[in-house]
Amino acid sequence: MPPPPDFQAKLEGQRAYLMRYATLQLRDADRAEDCVQETLLAALAGEAGFGGRSDLRTWLTGILKHKIVDAIRRSSREPAVALEPEGDESDFDALFDPRGHWTEAPSAWERPDGALERSQFLAALEACLEQLPARTARAFMMREHMGLETEEICKELGITSTNCWVMLYRARMALRLCLEQTWK
Amino acid sequence: MKMMMPCKEVTHLVSQGLDRRLGFGERVALRVHFAICGGCKNFDRQMKLLREAVRQLGEAEGSRETGPQRT
Repeated sequence: MPPPPDFQAKLEGQRAYLMRYATLQLRDADRAEDCVQETLLAALAGEAGFGGRSDLRTWLTGILKHKIVDAIRRSSREPAVALEPEGDESDFDALFDPRGHWTEAPSAWERPDGALERSQFLAALEACLEQLPARTARAFMMREHMGLETEEICKELGITSTNCWVMLYRARMALRLCLEQTWK
Repeated sequence: MKMMMPCKEVTHLVSQGLDRRLGFGERVALRVHFAICGGCKNFDRQMKLLREAVRQLGEAEGSRETGPQRT
């Protein structure tokens, strides 16, 4: 039995959101498009599994996450992928004096309380994420958004755990610096 | 004996503490450092807030687009 057209329309209505979500993590419009397409097809085929139990967007995002992890796995097996972390730790040396103390100490960020502030913080964060180098951003999102363990990420990206820590360190330092400017 | 770990080293440890379980000595060194260094204490809090926020990225985006605007 074909799915009712209104379900198809509802799915279609989520496409733009899913594209934004996938692009943020994959940093590649074509691959994001593929993941979203697969997600919508899987959702159509598995409408019974949805059954209106949860929020449609939450359900779709759950499927999409798996598609994204699969896409990252596939791409990390492509030989063209470089294995070195982008840049190195010394990029952040300017933040410290020769004795290793802050030249400009981190400020106390106000905790974003309430729905409006939270969404403002997330918007600032998203903008900062878009400025990260693609591979660094992917590793960071695998760790912090998908919650994969570091060993898993190393394996998927074909890097050593030390390189993995360095990449994650760089991502955090860059995001922090960016947010220091956009969020006080 | 070195009295205090440099802040730069602290940032590495704090970051790794989010990715692996730190050793006892490392955890003590951080606590000692935070007690006297406000900058690093802020850094640690920023990292925790960052982690919390990135986890929420997917879920909360919806409310940003469709949620009511407060005036």
